Amino acid sequence: MNLNLTLIGQAIAFAFFVWFCMRFVWPPVMQALRDRQKKIADGLDAASRASRDLELAEQQASETLRESKEQAAEILEQAHKRSSQMIDEAREQARQEGERMITQAKSEIEQEVNRAKDELRSQVSRLAVVAAERILESSIDEKRHAELVDKLAEEL
Amino acid sequence: MAGNTPTATSYIQHHLQNLTFGHHPEHGWSIAQSAEEASEMGFWALHLDTLGWSIALGLVFVLLFRKVALKATTGVPSGLQNFVELMVEFVDNSVKDTFHGKSQLIAPLSLTIFCWVFLMNLMDLVPVDFLPMLAQKVGAMFGADPAHVYFKVVPTTDVNATLGMALSVFALIIFYTIREKGFSGFIGELTLHPFSSPNKLVQALFIPVNFLLETVTLIAKPISLALRLFGNLYAGELIFILIAMIGLWQLPLHFAWATFHILVITLQAFIFMMLTIVYLSMAVEKH
Repeated sequence: MNLNLTLIGQAIAFAFFVWFCMRFVWPPVMQALRDRQKKIADGLDAASRASRDLELAEQQASETLRESKEQAAEILEQAHKRSSQMIDEAREQARQEGERMITQAKSEIEQEVNRAKDELRSQVSRLAVVAAERILESSIDEKRHAELVDKLAEEL
Repeated sequence: MAGNTPTATSYIQHHLQNLTFGHHPEHGWSIAQSAEEASEMGFWALHLDTLGWSIALGLVFVLLFRKVALKATTGVPSGLQNFVELMVEFVDNSVKDTFHGKSQLIAPLSLTIFCWVFLMNLMDLVPVDFLPMLAQKVGAMFGADPAHVYFKVVPTTDVNATLGMALSVFALIIFYTIREKGFSGFIGELTLHPFSSPNKLVQALFIPVNFLLETVTLIAKPISLALRLFGNLYAGELIFILIAMIGLWQLPLHFAWATFHILVITLQAFIFMMLTIVYLSMAVEKH
């Protein structure tokens, strides 16, 4: 337990270790700690920014979705309208066509009837003449009686 | 154990004697062969064991921390870096809580004190006979008488070691006081407190009283710092030695005392560091 030179030796060693620690240990470790702190702060910052961005993007997405839904509904409605319109048009056209065809058919029928009538008339007149010839069993002047027969035929 | 059949007293004395190298009036420069020779060497002697272990442990501290500091990454720290950062932050927070001046020195100083003192105290947990017996074997190989190879493993049980550190801190206290307050401020602090009076005559009467009180306060700082650490560790070491003498029962007792001593070791290192910070912050702050 004697006090001796060890005291000074210890003080010198102490001074050296403190100097070494101050010079070579403390600054790099503190620097690393500060850098990491900054890095973490930056990271947290970026994370909060990213979450804000995400929120914004989600908002935008829902907005777009809503818009497109509206648009789709509009288009659908238009299509419905258009289709019903087209159906109406087609119906109208068909009706007109039908009418037209009916009229045409009617007129054709009429024509046909007239022609048939004409033919019938001519044949009847000839038949009448033949019949008359047969009946009279004499030759009658065809020309002279043709007028008579035609008149007769017209009265039919 | 020392010698062939050591008595309890000689065993304890042997364990409490440092390996002293110095100038003996009769034998010249030599290693002391007994406690008497060591004390005859006077001031000009070195405790080789104290210095050796403290420097070795100090090197363990600085090199370990230096290794980590060199590889310190800002990314995810590895195990050892984690530990070093834990220590550094712990010390840094302690310093920031207590010391409000600006100084590049205080924090590394505190870290060095805490780690170094802790490591030196930690040697207390090595069973008391291991290293001294090894030293005796080594000494015998070099032709020394094993009975006279002394080896004290725990540097902080040597009052020279603790007082050496405490006096360094004391020098820093005075340096910081003078730097912050000037030499007149330092003298003023010694003489104008705690009693002061607006009356010049009364003040003049107070000055010697103040000087006496403040000087004692000032001197008490390094002395208490050194003796607290020394006393705690010396007592702890002594109890380890006593436990080592009682035969088989020493095993559970040693375990119990060592477990308790872990607390003492850490606490004393922390107290030495904390008091250093407090003293230095008192030196810097104005009253």
